[in-house]
Amino acid sequence: MSAAEDMVEEDSLAEAEPLLRVEGLKMHFPVTDGLFLKHTVGLVKAVDGVSFTIAPGETLGLVGESGCGKTTVGRCILRLEQPTAGKVIFSGVDIAGMKTSEMSDLRQDVQVIFQDPFSSLNPRMKIGSIISEAMRVHGIIKDATERRERVSELLRICGLNPRFADRYPHEMSGGQRQRVGIARALSVNPKFIVCDEAVSALDVSIQAQIINLLEDLQKQFNFSYLFIAHDLSVVRHLCHRVAVMYLGKIVELADCDELFDNPKHPYTRALLSAVPVPDPEIEAARSHQILEGEVPSPINPPSGCVFHPRCPQAIETCKRDIPELQEFTPGHMLACPVVPRE
Amino acid sequence: MGLPGGWSLENLLEISDLTTEFDTSDGVVRAVGGISYTVGLGETVAIVGESGCGKSVGAMSILRLIPEPPGRIAKGQALFEGRDLLKMSNAEIRDVRGRDIAMVFQEPMTSLNPVLSVGRQLTETLLRHTDMNEQKAKERALDLLRQVGISDPARRLTQFPHHLSGGMRQRVMIAMALCCEPKLIIADEPTTALDVTIQAQILELMRDLSKRLGVAQLIITHNLGVVARYADRVNVMYAGKIVETGTAKEIYHNPSHPYTLGLLASVPRLDQPRGTALIPIEGQPPDLARLDDGCAFRPRCRFATERCGHEIPELETVTGDHKSACWHYETLVQQNGTAA
Repeated sequence: MSAAEDMVEEDSLAEAEPLLRVEGLKMHFPVTDGLFLKHTVGLVKAVDGVSFTIAPGETLGLVGESGCGKTTVGRCILRLEQPTAGKVIFSGVDIAGMKTSEMSDLRQDVQVIFQDPFSSLNPRMKIGSIISEAMRVHGIIKDATERRERVSELLRICGLNPRFADRYPHEMSGGQRQRVGIARALSVNPKFIVCDEAVSALDVSIQAQIINLLEDLQKQFNFSYLFIAHDLSVVRHLCHRVAVMYLGKIVELADCDELFDNPKHPYTRALLSAVPVPDPEIEAARSHQILEGEVPSPINPPSGCVFHPRCPQAIETCKRDIPELQEFTPGHMLACPVVPRE
Repeated sequence: MGLPGGWSLENLLEISDLTTEFDTSDGVVRAVGGISYTVGLGETVAIVGESGCGKSVGAMSILRLIPEPPGRIAKGQALFEGRDLLKMSNAEIRDVRGRDIAMVFQEPMTSLNPVLSVGRQLTETLLRHTDMNEQKAKERALDLLRQVGISDPARRLTQFPHHLSGGMRQRVMIAMALCCEPKLIIADEPTTALDVTIQAQILELMRDLSKRLGVAQLIITHNLGVVARYADRVNVMYAGKIVETGTAKEIYHNPSHPYTLGLLASVPRLDQPRGTALIPIEGQPPDLARLDDGCAFRPRCRFATERCGHEIPELETVTGDHKSACWHYETLVQQNGTAA
């Protein structure tokens, strides 16, 4: 694809009506104490006011370290959690407050690919049944023979031999199982797929196969991904836009290359500098900014900007004022008042 | 000074033809199929490879931590300061473990004892290997925790592993490894379970300690970035064999084995713009119980010829210490040269 064509594609993504709009999403889990008289002693603010949009055919990367709330955001969109507050508008409908009985359509439109291909496939079911179950439940293909044909087709699309339909998960390698997970997600013709660390458990040579498959499928079927990952190199390769989370909040959100070439938030900068590049000469020349300390507990987060205790640029007001996510330059959102504007 | 076994002074550890096998229901699995490498004094050497390539088993074999049966070190030599670790009595190897050679494991939660306090686990090693008394050992433990950057060390000594975060636990593991001032630390995926910013902290700490105390390191990892940042020399393993060895610079800038080349082309990089093509290595690693007498990488290799099917290539010199085990490395180097 030429550069000009690529530009057109990116532009149309930005203008299109978003498929998903998340507004002020909050997910607070109660911390309870007491054996008989259970009472709430605190709140884990796993997600604390997160907003973003995803256009049709777009991939949004959601990155951050363990416990930053990225997986919980994904679970709220899948409605595996009932959000504490905020809106999750999918195709114009707010699904945040939807009843379970109303969610059948949502379950068809929104699918998920999990991290661990070993625990996310039922070990007692054959691959064919695993893939066809959702089609049967949703009544997409009622005829068993047609369903079997569709399973063969899905396996082929995902780069597997249709004969695998008669095998069990334990007979397959990690990469093959992940392909089965993808085939299962595709079976209901979704518009949106949440990939929660979908390639993290795989070896590099297999990981590249799966990344390429995810990209090819998106080109073919034009669905959107929310790509949740901690591996920033993979995110840079795969995503159109990227949001960086820290302790339940988005601290920076921008177009992929903009974010990686021109990171603004002190946390994003430290995060990028921590990732080693597979080239000893570049590594020797790079300056490594080592972030001190660890992520604080979300039960008792720091006042003001949650990053201020570890931030090399923190000033007095950071301890007090909670920074808002604001447009820094067109399309580049930032939640840090200290970074100087050019 | 006459040294036994042709051991040279620069080499702290000299592995030759190490072969480790396991008896399984599928037959004999040769997890490590005759590997040879060296680690010099104060040097950081990396062993890179994917799951199941034998990199961990190779390292465990050196310290004789392979459960026997079903495992067995079939042949080879592991000279540490000229003494063969594989021929030592159980009592002798116990003295080496934790004193001369220490190990840092991947999963700090499962490799620390959950029912013993941090202090107890640190002093245990000291009491076992040195003639320190309890009081002295405690002081040394405090000092070690301080060295690895643990805040409030006196309180930490009384705490248990579940009180600590993952990064903190890995620091405790490193403190334990440093207890008896070892000459070599074997680190098996030391940062794989950690977040990137904590990974950077731990690796920086290990590098700093190694420089300051002159400890050699053998790092076993699958992360090519970590290797590029921290290793002096690299051994690439595939299906139980070392397929390429050389300085980090040579391996990354002039890869001379199709597998190394494939690995480097398939890993997404932080410094490459979005959408840069990833070229995966097609197919899957071979079943180690069903290796034939050809090159194990052959089914996935675009350079493979008929010869690769019946002759196993040995490591041959590319330039200087840079070696590759491929019949076609010359073609490969040439092609790479013209492509670059």
